[in-house]
Amino acid sequence: MSEHILQDSWARCTPVQRFQRFAAYAATALIVSWALSSLDIVWAWVWDAPEQVWDLLDRMIPPDPTNLPSILEAIWQTINIATIATAFAIVISLPVALIAAQNTTPNRATLWLGRFILVSSRSVNTLIWALLFVAIFGPGIIAGIVAIMFRSIGFLGKLLGEAIEEIDPKPIEALTACGASRLKVILYGIVPQVAPAFFAVAILRWDINLRESTVLGLVGAGGIGVILQGSIDTFNWPETSMVLLTILGLVIFGEFVSSKLRGKIL
Amino acid sequence: MSAMSKSGDSTPVVTDHWKKPPFIENPIIRYGVMLAVFAYLSITLLTLPIDWQRAAEGLERASRIFGGAFPPSFERSGLLIKGFLESFKIAILASVGGVLLSVPLAFMAAKNIAPKSIYLLGRGIIIVARSFHPVIVAILFVKAVGFGPLAGVLTLVVYSIGFVAKLLAERIEEIDFGQVEALKSAGASFIATVAYAILPQIMPRLVGLGIYQLDSNLRASAVVGIVGAGGIGATLANAFGRYDYDFALAITMVIVGVILISEAFSGVIRKRIS
Repeated sequence: MSEHILQDSWARCTPVQRFQRFAAYAATALIVSWALSSLDIVWAWVWDAPEQVWDLLDRMIPPDPTNLPSILEAIWQTINIATIATAFAIVISLPVALIAAQNTTPNRATLWLGRFILVSSRSVNTLIWALLFVAIFGPGIIAGIVAIMFRSIGFLGKLLGEAIEEIDPKPIEALTACGASRLKVILYGIVPQVAPAFFAVAILRWDINLRESTVLGLVGAGGIGVILQGSIDTFNWPETSMVLLTILGLVIFGEFVSSKLRGKIL
Repeated sequence: MSAMSKSGDSTPVVTDHWKKPPFIENPIIRYGVMLAVFAYLSITLLTLPIDWQRAAEGLERASRIFGGAFPPSFERSGLLIKGFLESFKIAILASVGGVLLSVPLAFMAAKNIAPKSIYLLGRGIIIVARSFHPVIVAILFVKAVGFGPLAGVLTLVVYSIGFVAKLLAERIEEIDFGQVEALKSAGASFIATVAYAILPQIMPRLVGLGIYQLDSNLRASAVVGIVGAGGIGATLANAFGRYDYDFALAITMVIVGVILISEAFSGVIRKRIS
């Protein structure tokens, strides 16, 4: 370190650090060029892309509000999908979180069962769940609700399980020492400690679900996506932009409501 | 129940039973909220267009789908690997492009750096990029630039901007401004100030966000492929559309495995950085 002081010019990095940086840059450039050169891209389309995007935007303006009543009805349906699915997912995720948390699970088998449920629910995307449930229930809002629910269970259960693992064990010991039943231990020892995390996670998931519900319709699972798909397929761009604007409104509404709720509860 | 009604009284009630204090203090609001939730749930649930007959047929269909899906078929593993390689490339390009675009955008959207009008513009771009689900963006790009991985890359660039630029802007707003002032008072140019006072402070967050985004782009690329934006999602959608449920199950299983590995990997790297 002392010889650095003797230098008359200051440099931010030592030569070794500089070498590491350049090595990292070179590796990134190499990977990017590999990806670019081997990816199946039609370059004529790339150079054409800005013009095409502008053309599309140009056709979308101005938005066409003639179909607004049915768009708003679909938005209402979208909100319902997100809310009902979140509500059900909360109810189901509670026991799953309990058995997936190390300190509350009855035994090792249930621990792994809980983890398996969480991982498989979380790793499969909502749209893939929706593809499956549309095949089972047929097109419509039910498939959407079930798909969102299946994806949410993993998210809620994982975060709740982590919250349960972080609780203070003393109230539980106290309750057990008084002879409380298992249900009472959960109700009076665990629930009060995880309630804030629980509400925060549930509100966050509702907000996410609102966004996810907007695309369910693209695979036939109800909501605003059905109208969006229809207007795109018929090249009705003014209506498409109207739908996009209402989706933007819906998302901002969702963020507003969830931040208000968070402020109220936490 | 009787204890609950007494808990609203001003004098402490002497009972031999302890009752948990209610979650919402005011009983009118408490029962009002309960009633509203109950009314909403019952109305929406009752008006759900459930077709029980269709659902019963659905169960039969489900058994056919699951029957067709087992055992998963890895026969066309060439297609599977090709789809995954494409997804990886899409994710890499989109992450690099997204992060590169996010840096200037984050500076635009940081309240303490940018003038008001540029701040509003930056925030607006970020809000729009965040609001639309990648699948919607993908459909629009597929319409604009055609089917294939290019639409996927463009979509995920937009998706990355919405996330990386937002969190990076928040980090820039939290920096220690003393260093910026020191450089400015020593006569440093704007570029030098950014390079020596701001970038070193936000770099760890930027690298962490980039790695997280790579992981999350890989996930998303499995989905945007369903609407024609290339990658493993396209392979999956094709398999599903052709009723090749055994191949679809194989793809899904590999997707789950890859996502788990990439999640663990990015978690380890991010832990080492911070």
